[in-house]
Amino acid sequence: MDLATIVQILESTLRLATPLLFTCLAGLFSERAGIFDIGLEGKLLVAAFFSAAFAFYTGSAWLGLLAGIAASVVFALIHGFASITFRGNQLISGVAINFLAAGMTVVVAQSLFHQGGRTPPLSGNARFERIDLPFADALRDVPVIGPLYSNVLSGNSVLVYLGLLAVPLTWWVLYRTRFGLRLRAVGENPAAVDTAGVSVVRMRYYAVIIAGVLCGIGGAYLSTSLAAGFVKDMSAGRGYIALAALIFAKWRPWQSLVAVLLFGMLEAIANRWPNLDLGLITLPNQFMAALPYILTVVILAGFVGKAIPPRAGGEPYVKER
Amino acid sequence: MNRKFGSAAKEDALWRPMTTQLGEKTNMKLTRTLFGATAVLALMSGAALADPALIYDLGGKFDKSFNEMAYTGAMRWAEETGGEYRDIELQSETQREQAIRRFAEAGYNPVVMTGFSMATPLEVVAADYPDTTFVIIDGVVDLPNVRSVLFAEHEGSYLVGMAAAMASETNTVSFVGGMDVPLIRAFACGYAQGAQAANPDVNVIVNYTGSTPAAWNDPVRGSEITAAQISQGSDVVFAAAGGTGVGVLQRALDDGILSIGVDSNQNYLHPGHVLTSMMKRVDNAVFDAFSAGPDMETGVQIMNLASGGVGWAVDENNEALITDEMRTAIGAAETAIAAGDLEVHDYRTDSTCPISVE
Repeated sequence: MDLATIVQILESTLRLATPLLFTCLAGLFSERAGIFDIGLEGKLLVAAFFSAAFAFYTGSAWLGLLAGIAASVVFALIHGFASITFRGNQLISGVAINFLAAGMTVVVAQSLFHQGGRTPPLSGNARFERIDLPFADALRDVPVIGPLYSNVLSGNSVLVYLGLLAVPLTWWVLYRTRFGLRLRAVGENPAAVDTAGVSVVRMRYYAVIIAGVLCGIGGAYLSTSLAAGFVKDMSAGRGYIALAALIFAKWRPWQSLVAVLLFGMLEAIANRWPNLDLGLITLPNQFMAALPYILTVVILAGFVGKAIPPRAGGEPYVKER
Repeated sequence: MNRKFGSAAKEDALWRPMTTQLGEKTNMKLTRTLFGATAVLALMSGAALADPALIYDLGGKFDKSFNEMAYTGAMRWAEETGGEYRDIELQSETQREQAIRRFAEAGYNPVVMTGFSMATPLEVVAADYPDTTFVIIDGVVDLPNVRSVLFAEHEGSYLVGMAAAMASETNTVSFVGGMDVPLIRAFACGYAQGAQAANPDVNVIVNYTGSTPAAWNDPVRGSEITAAQISQGSDVVFAAAGGTGVGVLQRALDDGILSIGVDSNQNYLHPGHVLTSMMKRVDNAVFDAFSAGPDMETGVQIMNLASGGVGWAVDENNEALITDEMRTAIGAAETAIAAGDLEVHDYRTDSTCPISVE
């Protein structure tokens, strides 16, 4: 295995990990506030569609991004409305959102574009261009570091860098601000937060809206940066993989980055070597595709450390009377 | 409602025999079917007898692929003969049986439908209407009044494989399949055989997107697989992967290599960057069926190179990419395959391929 192959794998890893990263951080905010979010997949999909559709009509990827975020936030609010205001079952509401997104995107796409549930291909400014980081060309010839910097880090869409910045930002918000403390407290012991005079309902709405925004960026990245347009069901289970990554990371931001990079790398390796020959055994493609879930189950089962979800997760908050 | 869908008496007469036949138990189901059938009914009013009808699979008439080819064939028939036909776009899985039944009930003949998913409902309906001739494209129904049209995809793939190997400067070409099923392996196998025939030293990289139906609609993964193939030296990629192929063609364009489209002529998607397309002439199948009328020959019909069922696309979008050498070599292969002098191995016959397509 030469350096060029490693660079290619790492490049691919970063690109594949980015939508997972946004979605995983979205889940992090929501679940840390006590709202389980199975609907990540649906929000990702609806954002992918609306950003592609608006980017097509306006010719601007940025306007597409805003539309994707708006659509995703609307879906997040539906989830919030059902599970916070009406204290419904959060899992059922999330599943409903996934179904709604899968059906609605295709129907709307079909009636707008008549292309079998796709949007027309995007080109030019309707897509996020790859941008080069400073000194990328100058450093290209430096051994090892050169290709890593110039090819892996540089030359990605602006959304990739946004994703990487979102990790420290999430950490800072959750662990260094009053807002973050309250948000985490709402997910652990909402009654205590309520006693302190903070509105549990409002905090939880903030959390699902932030989740909506992050899913929106992830969806826009799928359809206007990685691909050039929307294809039905194009999220292809990434919302669920992100959920697995969230559990793998034990609901912590930096670990989320590690988890999505690991899962992204598994996919990149599976794409490069469909049947991975390890000398003694050959791992089939299907095994690589299943590995994120297997790892998550191992973590959940408590073989490696212990994954403890936020204590009040999944439970609607009812004020004592 | 009556005014819109024709007289109530007529509708009742149409449905009564079926209601008695099916008995009480299914009445509720029938009501539901009836309710959903109103959309279909709208098409039926004023139907002339023995006009042909066409049912598009999910994906719709203008899907830039399979169904649109069927539409093209039907339009060509209508223009050339001045005849009329009816068609319907299915909106959901549950409409299949009811759409076929309504067309048969209203006297349309033949009734043509696209997609292997129609096979199961057709099996039920075709038995109820022995005097109507049905045509299913891409599926097999073994009944005396059904023509099952299948395509020799491996032969078409062989031709574009030759084109790929001849256009490649790196001696490496690649294939991105959708879901890993025998049909897609037949594409891969034909492609690899063609590439190797044109250039014995060529290296063919084969990837499948996945083993679940999600593999048909994952352009992101298709794009990343293509990137991995490019890093291994591939400079021509053939996508037989449905919606995933959109990502493959896009990545090929972004990274400056050539791509090959599938099913319909996709050369126009990125003019000058799509080398050619492996065409499944669904339009010819529909045209033939409409032209032959109700008395057509039934049974399994194989649309191969000899019968114009598959082929490679050359038009103004890719003319500059096709050299005279390619034209000559591929033309010769076409003649040889059509005449039976050259046999392209079909993966589906014995689940093996002379060149590994794992």
